[in-house]
Parts: sequence; C-alpha cells; structure tokens
Amino acid sequence: MLAYILRRVLYAIPILIGVNLLTFALFFVVNTPDDMARLQLGVKHVTPEAIERWKVEHGYDKPLLLNVQAQGSAQFTDTIFFQHSAAMFAFEFGKGDDGRDIGNEITTRMGPSLAIALPVLVIGLMVNITFALLMVFFRATYLDLWGVVLCVVLMSISGLFYIIAGQYFIAKLWNLLPISGFAGGIDGFKFILLPVLVSVVAGIGSGSRWYRTIFLEEIGKDYVRTARAKGLSEVRVLFRHVLKNGMIPILTGVVVVLPLLFMGSLITESFFGIPGLGSYTIDAIQAQDFAVVRAMVFLGSFLYIVGLILTDISYSWVDPRVRLQ
Amino acid sequence: MTRTGILLLGLGVLAGCSDSWNNPYPDSQPDASVLYSAFSERPKHLDPARSYSSNEVEFTGQIYEPPLQYHFLKRPYTLIPLTSETVPTPRYVDTAGNALADDAPAAAIAESVYEIRIRPGIRYQPHPAFARDAAGRYRYHALDAAATADKTRISDFEHTGTRELVAADYVYQIKRLANPRLSSPIFGLMSEHIVGLKELGEVLEKAVQDNPDAALKLDDFALAGAEVVDRHTYRIRIKGKYPQFIYWLAMPFFAPIPWEAEVFYAQPGMADRNLTLDWQPVGTGPYYLAENDPNRRMVLKKNPHYHGETYPVEGGDEDREAGLLADAGKPLPLVDEAVFSLEKETIPYWTKFLQGYYDSSGISSDSFDQAIQFSAGGDPQLTDSMREQDIHLITAVAASIWYVGFNMLDPVVGGLGEDRRKLRQALSIAFDYEEFISIFLNGRGIPAQGPIPPGLFGYVEGVAGLNPYVYEARGGSIQRKSIETARKLLVEAGYPNGRNAKTGEPLVLYFDTMASGPDAKSRLDWMKKQLDKLNVQLVVRGTDYNRFQDKIRKGNAQLFEWGWNADYPDPENFLFLLYGPHKKVGTGGENAANYDSAEFNVLFERMKDMDNGPERQQVIDAMLEIVRRDAPWIFAYYPKSFGLRHGWVHNVKPNLMANNTLKYRRVDPELREARRAKWNRPVLWPIVLLVAALVAVIAPAAIAWRQRERKTA
Repeated sequence: MLAYILRRVLYAIPILIGVNLLTFALFFVVNTPDDMARLQLGVKHVTPEAIERWKVEHGYDKPLLLNVQAQGSAQFTDTIFFQHSAAMFAFEFGKGDDGRDIGNEITTRMGPSLAIALPVLVIGLMVNITFALLMVFFRATYLDLWGVVLCVVLMSISGLFYIIAGQYFIAKLWNLLPISGFAGGIDGFKFILLPVLVSVVAGIGSGSRWYRTIFLEEIGKDYVRTARAKGLSEVRVLFRHVLKNGMIPILTGVVVVLPLLFMGSLITESFFGIPGLGSYTIDAIQAQDFAVVRAMVFLGSFLYIVGLILTDISYSWVDPRVRLQ
Repeated sequence: MTRTGILLLGLGVLAGCSDSWNNPYPDSQPDASVLYSAFSERPKHLDPARSYSSNEVEFTGQIYEPPLQYHFLKRPYTLIPLTSETVPTPRYVDTAGNALADDAPAAAIAESVYEIRIRPGIRYQPHPAFARDAAGRYRYHALDAAATADKTRISDFEHTGTRELVAADYVYQIKRLANPRLSSPIFGLMSEHIVGLKELGEVLEKAVQDNPDAALKLDDFALAGAEVVDRHTYRIRIKGKYPQFIYWLAMPFFAPIPWEAEVFYAQPGMADRNLTLDWQPVGTGPYYLAENDPNRRMVLKKNPHYHGETYPVEGGDEDREAGLLADAGKPLPLVDEAVFSLEKETIPYWTKFLQGYYDSSGISSDSFDQAIQFSAGGDPQLTDSMREQDIHLITAVAASIWYVGFNMLDPVVGGLGEDRRKLRQALSIAFDYEEFISIFLNGRGIPAQGPIPPGLFGYVEGVAGLNPYVYEARGGSIQRKSIETARKLLVEAGYPNGRNAKTGEPLVLYFDTMASGPDAKSRLDWMKKQLDKLNVQLVVRGTDYNRFQDKIRKGNAQLFEWGWNADYPDPENFLFLLYGPHKKVGTGGENAANYDSAEFNVLFERMKDMDNGPERQQVIDAMLEIVRRDAPWIFAYYPKSFGLRHGWVHNVKPNLMANNTLKYRRVDPELREARRAKWNRPVLWPIVLLVAALVAVIAPAAIAWRQRERKTA
C-alpha cells in the first residue's frame, strides 16, 4: 500500500503543475499585469510610471512564461510563472496584492470554514441516511412516495432560496438567531446554527434520494434475503446489514470531500458573513488578486488529490476484497 | 407535566435569559457608548501613503491627522487647522528666491512656500513601537524572528509608549510618498508639484535596485521640497503656483508617520503575521485601531492621548435647529468605540439596521420602496414604517458627476467643427436624464447643467446656471429642449432623420460600457430608446472593466459613460477633466473624452491659479459656455446620496469632503438598548409548531413501523 500511495503522490506533481499552468493561462488571458496594477492603484491619478513601479515591486515586470532575453535555465526561471509558482510546492504562498500573508490568511480562515462545513457534513449525513432508511423501510407506501416527492421538491429549489428564506423567517421575522456574523469560541455557536440548519435542509433532497437509491439496491441482494430468512427484524436488517454494506459508496463520497471542507462554501460564507476560505476566494477573484486565486486553486487541487487517495485507502479498509497495488 | 409543557417552559426560560436572541454582538455592553456600523469591502491598505479608496479612508481618517481638516458644519466647505496652529498661506518667490506679493502673476512665481507650524503637545496613540525600558532604550526595536514568533496582534506586546508629534514626522511621510516599495497613488501627481520629490523617487528607486533586501532609511535621503524648520515647524516648497495644494493637506496622504513605527514593523517575522504599517496604523487621531480583522470586524477605540479638540461652536441656523450644535464645546470624540462589521450582502445589512444592530445605513435599490416614498411635490420622504421606528433620512448631493463622453478623436462624433457640435448637442437633448433619474435612480440625482456639481465654487444655482444648449427656462423652471429642436440640430449636423445627408446611410453610434446583467440591460435599452427618438441607432458594446479601460486609454471608444468624485472642493478638480494636455490618449491623463479646445485650455490655465472671487467666477462662466457649446460630454446627473440613521444617533451632517467625522457622532445607548429589546423579542410559536409538526409526521410513521415489526415477528 505504501508503494501505491507513493506512486499516487508522485502522480500528483504533474497534475498540480498542470492545474497551476492552466490557472495561470486563464488568469492572464483575462488580466494583464497592467490591469492588475491599475486595479490596485485605483483609477485616479495613475501614471504609467506608477504602474511600472507596482509591477516591479510585485514581480509582474517579467515575461509570463518564457524570458527570451535570459540565458540558460533563467529563460524559464526568470518568468512570472516560475517566480510565482515554484514556492507553492513548498506551501509558501507569499503575499496577496494587498500585502497580507496568504499562508497566515489561510490558517486563520480555515477555522470558520470548518466550523460550518463539519457540522453540515455530520448532521447532513445523519439526517439524510435516517430519512433514506425510513423511505426504504416504508418502500412502496404513501410515506415513501411523499418522501420522494418531498426530496424532488427540495432538490428543485435554488440553494440561494434556502438562505434567503432562512434569514427572513428565522432571523428577521422570528428573531431567533442572528442573521449574519461570526464569533470565536462558545459565542460562535449561535452564529453557526442558522447557516448549518439552512445547509442541512438544502442538502436533504439530493442526499436522501441518493442514499435511498443505494439502500434500495442493497436491499434486493441475497445477503439481505438470507438475513430476513434467518428471522431478523426489518430494523436489524436495515441497520446492521444494509447500512453497513451501503456505507461503501457513501464513504467514498464522503471521504473525497473531507479535505475540501477546509475550502469552505462560497455562497453560504458570503451571505452569513463567515470569514472563511470560501469568501476569501470570491474576494480574490473580484479583486483580481492573482496570488490568492492561484494559491486557493493550488490548495483546492492538492486537497482534492488527498481526498482521492484517502478514498482509495478507505475502500480497502471497508471492503477487504479491494487491494491497493 | 407533559413533554410539550416542559418544552414551552424551557423556551420561556431561554427567552427570559436574553431579550434578543438575534443580537450579533455577544460581548457588547448595553450601556456603552459604542457606534455600530458595517463595511462591505475589506480595506486593502491602511497606510496613509497608499490608501485612497473611501472604504479605506473611513478608517485612516479617524486614526491619522493631516495638518488641516474641513469644518464639520460650515458650508461651503472650509478648511480649518487640525494639528497645525493656523491654515497656512503660501509665500511666493521668484526664480532668484526673492519674495513676491500675494497677488503676483502666476507666471512670475517660481515656488510657493508653505510653512506649517503644528501645535505642541500632541501625542501618538499607545503603541509598542514607542515603548522604552528603564534605561530609555526602545524595548521592541531589535527583535529577532524568535522574539516575534508568538506575536500575532499588536496587543500581544506587553509594553506600549507614546511620544510627542513633531514636524519631522510630517516630512518623513512626504518622503514616503516617493518610496517605490509603497507605490503611493499620488506620487506621480505630487512629483509634478513638490520640489525634489521626483528626484527623490529616482534616488530611492536606485537604492532599492542596488540593495533589494535592505530597509530604506528615509532620513538618510534629503528632500528639497520638504524640510524641518524647528521641532514643530516644517516647510513645503511647491513648484510655481498651485493653490489647490492646500486641500491635499487635509488628506491622510500628508498625515505624520513616526519613524519608530517603520523600524518596529520592519523586524523579522512581523510581515508574515500581517504586522505591518499597512495593516496596523499608528496615528495621533481621536481613535486607534484596537481590533483589526478585516475578514470579520474592525474596532476603533478612543485614543487616550487625544489632544483635546472640541466640538465646533460655529454653525448656521439650520444646524442649530437640527440640534447639531447641542454638543458645542464638548471634548471630542463623543463616542468611545466604533465597531465596523463586514457585511457583504445587502439583505443582512438592511435587516440588522431595522433590528437596531447598525446605527445607520444606506438605502439599496431592493429596500428603497420600503424606506422612501415621494410626496406630491416630488420630495423624498420616509415611509410610515420608517417613521414609526424613529428613523431619520439624510440626503446630500454628492460632489460628483456622471456623464456620457464623446471620444473627440472619433471621426463621427469627435472634432470641434460646427456640424459635429450640433450632432453632439442634438444627442445631449435626446438623452432625457430627468426620466433616467426617475426610473433608474428613484429620484436620487439632479440633472447636470455642466461639469461642476452643486456645493462647489463655480456652480450657479437655478435658471441662471442652466445649459442653454440643452435646456431652456420656462415659467421660471428649467425644462429640457424639445425633441424637435434636437431633430433640427441633427439636420444642421448633416443627418436629417438620422441618415447621412450625403450617403443616405443611417447614423449608427457605438456605446462602450462595462455594465452587464439584467439591471444594466434595462438601462442600455433605455439609452437605445433615447436615440430612437432621433432615428439614430445605438449599438452597445459590452466589455469587462479591464478592456473598457484599455479602449478609453487607446481612444477606441466612441460613446462611453464615466463619472468623477471630487478630491477637493475646487472647480479645478472637475474642469481639469476637460483640459487638453490631460488627454487620455497619448498622455494617460484624466481627460477621457480627449477634448482639446485651445480657448478652454487658456482659460483653464488662468482659472486654476486664481483665488475664488467674482473674477474667477467670470472665467469659469466662460469655460462653462465653451464646454456646453462644444458638448464633449452629455452632462448626465449629479448623484444624490440617501442615508438613514436611527433616532439614537446624533450629530450627523453629510460632509462629502471630510473623512474624519466619526469624532463628532454621539449615540444614546440606553435608548438604543430599549428599542433593540422591543424590536427583537424572539417569536417562539414557530418552534412549538415545528416540534408539533415533527411529532405529527413521526408518530404515524413510528406506529406504522411498530405494526410492521409486529407483523414480521
């Protein structure tokens, strides 16, 4: 297994370089270093000299990918791409265009992102699995039918609607929770309740339907028939056997997103004023802050690869038939 | 007791613990003199050499103190001393250094010398950069990376100190404008005016290139145009005559920076934890930045060393009637703390304002109808629901203008020939901005008659100030000329019924815009409709912000929409937007229309150096006549800002020039707390209903489950 993991880690390097190159190309197709300088310096009284100075100061005065005036390896290393990308592989993200240290920002903002994402994942899983198992238990009855209808309705509503409706009813009309904001420690509890509740409810439709499908597939298998034939109750069949075997695809889906929980949610964080990594990325895109955009895409790709490797490992862990070679 | 009873009791106990479950300030003291506000975009820079945006100056304006400030109440805007003893008047000298009379012609003036004397005894906020040990040595000026490893906030440093503000701090900051590492946005402009600043910039640039990793010791570099005269006096030398310079002395760019702060923040490990002057300001102002988390909230606290400025005692009768002189003579600041929370979305912002958690608010288009209604006379008024909450409306015409520019280099709409003028005049009449303001701005604007907005010298009120090429006086009021007049002008321009008289081709114009989305579409459709009246076609070319700027710089646009906010209350700051040598194409200046009229340019050069008075007004009137006739812009509108404040907030008067008005605000915390409690009582029945609904759904399911289980068994 160690060799397998090592191989996957080595595969990750060209993937990350590729992602980095793609981000770089996409970003600089839309924004030139001059544009970035203008955005940072403002629209008033900006002289060409000021733009040049900003570019020199921030390392954007070099050629993008190939420095034809340089000699030897410097042709590739004395470029914006290399200078701004090489250090990232050592997780040194440098500074944003606003001068703030990106690594420091990421460390600070991971907490608030996790404070929302983790409870949403755990509670969402529990609610969705319970609801899915209930529908499976009452399969082919009116409860199952209306359960599925409810799921489809919930799935059909935009995520933004849940946020606005949640804020309107719970925070504005009924004054039960703060509409937005964040605080550290125990004070933060009342701020995360609403976004967690909204996110869990918004995920019930798709999650429950997906798990229902998995459980229905499992329930038709031979081992379930055998369990029933042994006289086990339906509850035991569902929770002891079906749930355990149905967990394999569920686990796969969950493990792959685990590392990405750090990245936060773009819309939820913005609407609820959560100072997490999701809003950090959105802000950077709006401010054309290449350093931050590049760092966040790199981090996202890295965490996704970690998630995939963890998924493979978890496969072999939950299903002994799977061997990593 | 039943389960429902226990639940209700529990909820009741919870409700009793706190009147407001939705209070977003868990650590707040109800009776504290704290002002609550919000910011929608986090500031990028808090270094006074770099910050220029309004969302940055909102903070730096309270922390840093330039030598001058605007009087809070007086109109027109009047400069008064802040840290200086007086408002300096320039001394003029010729090329030989001989003194000249105050009314010497601008051409004879080689330099204007401003000598500024600051008041002794002003002290900086408490800060570790000033902390000294018993032997008088700085405690935190020789730290290594290990010593700063556990420091993430300024408050992590145990000791703080202060010192007196001296003239050298102002000179130090002027030198900082030339520091290439800071990329000050006004360096280019100031290097044209301050003697030696450009040269200093070049020297510093070279020093940085020679030694990229070393800190710049600005005291080692001389600046001819800024020198210390004595401990409390410094002198600035300006090339020629530049009367507008005095206004720059009221901006944070010219606030003092203590050298100790730069030495402190330059130490190893500081920048990695965002401990920089750009994020942790050090000033002498009424407030200091006590909490700096731009991702969540920023907190300003009263500077314990503040120098005892008092609330203004002079104001107009209107100010007295509005209660704006109730605090006259009281020591400033009146509020102990100001909490600014990051609020990116308008819905939570507006809701929190209505709940009493923000003391004041703007009015977004989503909430406009909820807040404002118009009287029969067209005056904006608060709706009944707002009045019931004792919310007050504050309106002000911004010192800004929006215009549609013609690219004067364009072969179709540009040029100063009579036919082109008439074409532009015809188009100016066709764009009915009264309608635009009514439809798209909810009445928040005034149709513009020229480039100078109200409130500035040079603006003429009423019928006397109308643009005679677009408007006419009818029954004592200003009316837009008829579309028939526009059609006639179009014929004279060579486009009868919107077609080229020679070729018969329809006149097609191109409008470049960076606006996009559904809101923009309706505005752009409106613009097309305006030209439809003349049978002229308008093609909209949408683009992103960068490409739009690029087109304007290269002169590739034909028609475009742009705006300008005043830097200072002088007509020069608007008229220079039409000055030929400031053309965008070729020089990169701010004249986006590339208008270049010799007669306008001559008058501008005269006007910019004149003092306000009848003679200057005459020159301005002549300039306005030229630009109205040539019509390089369609003067669209002067925006009007609408704001709201709660009844517990006092001393709010819009001051579009001043950025340090927080110190005048006063709040009544008891009244606020009482209203918050009244407005935010938790409504508990939905929880009970939800529990009942869950029971109603789960109970039959549980019964069915049990029955099934029994059946199986």
